[in-house]
Amino acid sequence: MSVQFCGLTLAHPIINGSGTFDAIAARRAFGEQLLNAFPFSAYVSKTITLEPRIGNPPPRLWETPAGLINSIGLPNKGLDGYLREDLPQLAELIAGARIEGGDGTPVQLITNVMGASAEELARLVQACDGRAEIAAIELNVSCPNVKTGLDIGADPAQLEQVVRAVRGATAKPLIVKLTPNTAAVPVCAQAAEEAGADAVSLINTLRATALAPRKAGQRLSDRSDRWLGGGSGGQSGPAIRAVALAQVAAVAARVAVPVIGMGGVQSSAHARDLLDVGATLVAVGTESFRDPAAGSRIAQGL
Amino acid sequence: MSQAPFGRRPLTVTGIDELGAYRVLRVADTDGPRAGWEEQGSLVPGQFAMLAAAERWGGGDGERPYLPRAFSIARRTDSESHFLLEDVGPGTRRLCELRAGDGLWVLGPLGRGFTAGGRDLDRRRALLVGGGVGIAPLAILQDTFAADAAATEVTVLLGFRDSARAHGAALLSDAQVATDDGSVGHHGLVTELLATELERDPHAVVYACGPAGMLEGVRALCADTGTPAQLALEAGMACGFGACFGCVVPKRGGGYLRVCVDGPVVDAAELEHVEHHAGAPA
Repeated sequence: MSVQFCGLTLAHPIINGSGTFDAIAARRAFGEQLLNAFPFSAYVSKTITLEPRIGNPPPRLWETPAGLINSIGLPNKGLDGYLREDLPQLAELIAGARIEGGDGTPVQLITNVMGASAEELARLVQACDGRAEIAAIELNVSCPNVKTGLDIGADPAQLEQVVRAVRGATAKPLIVKLTPNTAAVPVCAQAAEEAGADAVSLINTLRATALAPRKAGQRLSDRSDRWLGGGSGGQSGPAIRAVALAQVAAVAARVAVPVIGMGGVQSSAHARDLLDVGATLVAVGTESFRDPAAGSRIAQGL
Repeated sequence: MSQAPFGRRPLTVTGIDELGAYRVLRVADTDGPRAGWEEQGSLVPGQFAMLAAAERWGGGDGERPYLPRAFSIARRTDSESHFLLEDVGPGTRRLCELRAGDGLWVLGPLGRGFTAGGRDLDRRRALLVGGGVGIAPLAILQDTFAADAAATEVTVLLGFRDSARAHGAALLSDAQVATDDGSVGHHGLVTELLATELERDPHAVVYACGPAGMLEGVRALCADTGTPAQLALEAGMACGFGACFGCVVPKRGGGYLRVCVDGPVVDAAELEHVEHHAGAPA
């Protein structure tokens, strides 16, 4: 079932969505069992920013029909903290990871980065380029719950400019994670491809919000009645699956580079849908919250 | 600390018992670890599990629940794990409907539990302080102290809103009870019982679980009297194993703790205050 992706050989087509699986915390919870049945053929880090971030104040989660809204705010140790503390741990962890039913194909490490400008992104990409543990770099140009740099990915011209600016900073495969919060997703995908992206991934969460619980007749008073700590957040889960399928199909029809499809995948059948419309890899996100071994189950059922 | 099997396990409900306003959900679990202290690699009191009904999880009020729900492990026998439920939302309602033979997804045991601070600090007295459905982890904690050779003196103080909920006190042995409405035991707060106990003998370690207001009262009282306290926190969480970053609470000195992996049991000194955690899926 091994698959070729941007010159990398992966054991199967199932990876994780950025920010949906903390492998270091999971190893603490599950120990060596995690390594003996690692659920993903490539591990994508959470988003790394230049400076450390503590993330949004709670509440950060809101359960919706068939999914959830998150407003986490990209907490991370910053570039230096990631390279110094997390990357060596992650590299050691995935070097010891085995995939159930796999042929020994190693798990690859993809680092996801976000910057508010082309210059910031270029610094992040350049720093990752210098680390042999990192197999590929994913650019977050779309995370909807952060105020800075939010809309780079929604405008094809800006996106092309940014990708062009960072392309020269690395020879590693460069993946652009597209935002679904724009009318022109396939146009943005094409812009990323023309600027030198080696792959595109989609969909990120759909911008969403929730209001504070209140009694009938009680009016919204001010902004604090926006329930989530970040004011708004991103919707994920099965609620967005049909939207994801449509966007992945439209993008795969438009670009020649490989596509990583994701959005509400809970089963092998859902993953197959995305593969059948042209995705090369499928990422699992919210379903891993419900079952950390979901990735293995989905890969084995393909 | 016991590590959880990787992946949720399909277990079978053996029964559900009425306990006043609460339900005790019993699940067949012959393989999981037995209760004990951390150094024994056991299921540690205060650890929790993520639960979801195998059937009809979803499709309730507002098409919820979708995510599994976090519950303290209330008791462990050789063949069963027990959880204490209160019907307060679509998830807990569905779990309360379960009957013997029904399937349940269980991920756990997860998180950091209580430590037997009594031995480390040469404090032989444990004060267990619980409020409402938060009494659950204190039951397995009392069991573990009882099975422990260290012969810690255990005092149990429990607070409830009313008499229907005060029936929950039967989950533990020899509990002093306080109720908000005065229908059972002391008319007032469980923290008032705690203050009396600390006055009588301050040489104790406090183990507490309950609503945020109660935990904040316990924290403040213990800070004032210099009493070591371990607090079991609650927060809405999507995963239970550190993936979602949704269950954070502010820590002393800035930043956040993830309740699922840095807790749910934390040293009270790690917190400036215990804040009400909004948004817990119920």
